Amino acid sequence: MNTKVTIAGVEFRNPVMSASGTFGSGMEYSNFVDLNKLGAVVTKGVSNIPWEGNPTPRVAEVYGGMLNAIGLQNPGVDVFIERDLAFLEKYDTNVIVNVCGKSVEDYIEAVERLNDTNVSMFEINVSCPNVKEGAIAFGQKADALFNITDKIKKVAKKPIIMKLSPNVTDITEMAKAAEAAGSDAISLINTITGMKIDIERRKFVLANKTGGMSGPAIKPVAVRMVYQCSKAVNIPIIGMGGIMTGEDAVEFLMAGASAVAVGAANFINPFAMTDVIDGIENYMRKHNISDINEIIGCV
Amino acid sequence: MFYRNIDEGKVISQEEISKGIFSLWIKNKGAAYANAGQFVGVYPKSKDTLLMRPISICETDEKESKMRLVYRVSGKGTKEFSELKEGDNVKLLANLGNGFPVDEVKGKCIVLMGGGIGIPPMLGVAKALKGEDVNAFLGYRDRDMFLHEDFMSACKVYIATEDGSVGVKGNVIDALKASTGLKPDVIMACGPMPMLRAIKKYAEENNIKAYISLEERMACGIGACLGCVCKTVKKDGHSHVNNTRICTEGPVFDAEEVDI
Repeated sequence: MNTKVTIAGVEFRNPVMSASGTFGSGMEYSNFVDLNKLGAVVTKGVSNIPWEGNPTPRVAEVYGGMLNAIGLQNPGVDVFIERDLAFLEKYDTNVIVNVCGKSVEDYIEAVERLNDTNVSMFEINVSCPNVKEGAIAFGQKADALFNITDKIKKVAKKPIIMKLSPNVTDITEMAKAAEAAGSDAISLINTITGMKIDIERRKFVLANKTGGMSGPAIKPVAVRMVYQCSKAVNIPIIGMGGIMTGEDAVEFLMAGASAVAVGAANFINPFAMTDVIDGIENYMRKHNISDINEIIGCV
Repeated sequence: MFYRNIDEGKVISQEEISKGIFSLWIKNKGAAYANAGQFVGVYPKSKDTLLMRPISICETDEKESKMRLVYRVSGKGTKEFSELKEGDNVKLLANLGNGFPVDEVKGKCIVLMGGGIGIPPMLGVAKALKGEDVNAFLGYRDRDMFLHEDFMSACKVYIATEDGSVGVKGNVIDALKASTGLKPDVIMACGPMPMLRAIKKYAEENNIKAYISLEERMACGIGACLGCVCKTVKKDGHSHVNNTRICTEGPVFDAEEVDI
């Protein structure tokens, strides 16, 4: 049974990755999950300098999911390389570094610092809804997305994945812009902007007022967008949004994703990553599928 | 000892010990390794909920591998827990955070302070320090009190009530001030944020070491999501931005180190 997939020349032992921001840099979950079994660890967003993030409360549960407005708190690329990448080097898995920034220069500075490390790919976060400058501003207009993709692609020594926001009128326009600018792959979806109000206190639940929604409730939206993008572009897609089980992952693969990422499920079940991998294998056995690539985009 | 796993716990007993406050005894593996002041994540079964509910450990019975959780019903998850009966299964993420530094305070004049639903974790601390000079100040709204009798078997107990119906009228600091002759070397506390702020200030003014246990909305409980941070005076060890993780570096902090 073959579960290997290849994206932009990088081989993955299986198509299951962590979704950025839900798995730290793997360290916290290594008590539960053997990182050697994962297709890739996609790290929490890292910027050129440390970012403080948003005030608390930063998270809230909603029906079928959760809202978060962490605001990309991270220690900056230097500490990240020294500590987090050094930790991940002990494992035999691909490392994809999620890179965030407030300006094109910020992204480029972080990418350049990471260029000579051992990481497999960069995922460029132009879709976080929780920071006021940068990030999503680059991901909601096709020309801005083209521009930043083009500039990062020119300096990146690893394949890049542009991570797209669902908070747009037509996500395929964004996918096409990323492809036209040379992005090696795209990942989608980032969280959907939401809001929760505490009706007893007549206040926003999150200090940031809005937050990104994730969890099982967003899965149908994500599957639809992955399908639409797979019809619109020829670069590989990493699909994510509400994956809780192997069956959910298979749905994304069938919609046209070459790989999938598991996000909020990690918070709900610390074994989620390996449960999804096992679930995909069980599905393949049950349906006599010898190569996972057979089902990618099969609908 | 460090213990981190998903425990399939078994409910031993549950009772409502005050209006809306429940005492739940669970047999689970992590109970044998828990420190006073640590917490667990309890998973509701209902599909209406997804995330674990962080609840402080009130006390443990190491030999029997049992832990007691005393919590207030405040939403869908805790409402579900309040309906658990003897023999029911309960899934836990255990054990989370760090406890109070009980070994460091032995031989000193120790004051424990608990306010409202912050009282339960202080019972475990009182029991871990049994035989020491421990003085527990418990703050309640009114005479509808809970756990105070449990404390009496472990240490000296002083009560404060907001309405003055029992003990000193006011808060735990008012009760401490009223206890002339008591000169604490160290305060350990858990309770609502205004109480913890007042304790931090009082401790600083009176040159007393203070350890306080904080809470915040959290998702993962193990330091990955960065949901539950607290402002720190110095750069935090994880993100280097004066925002430390309550679930991982806390929930107990040296009061001098946090900016609350």
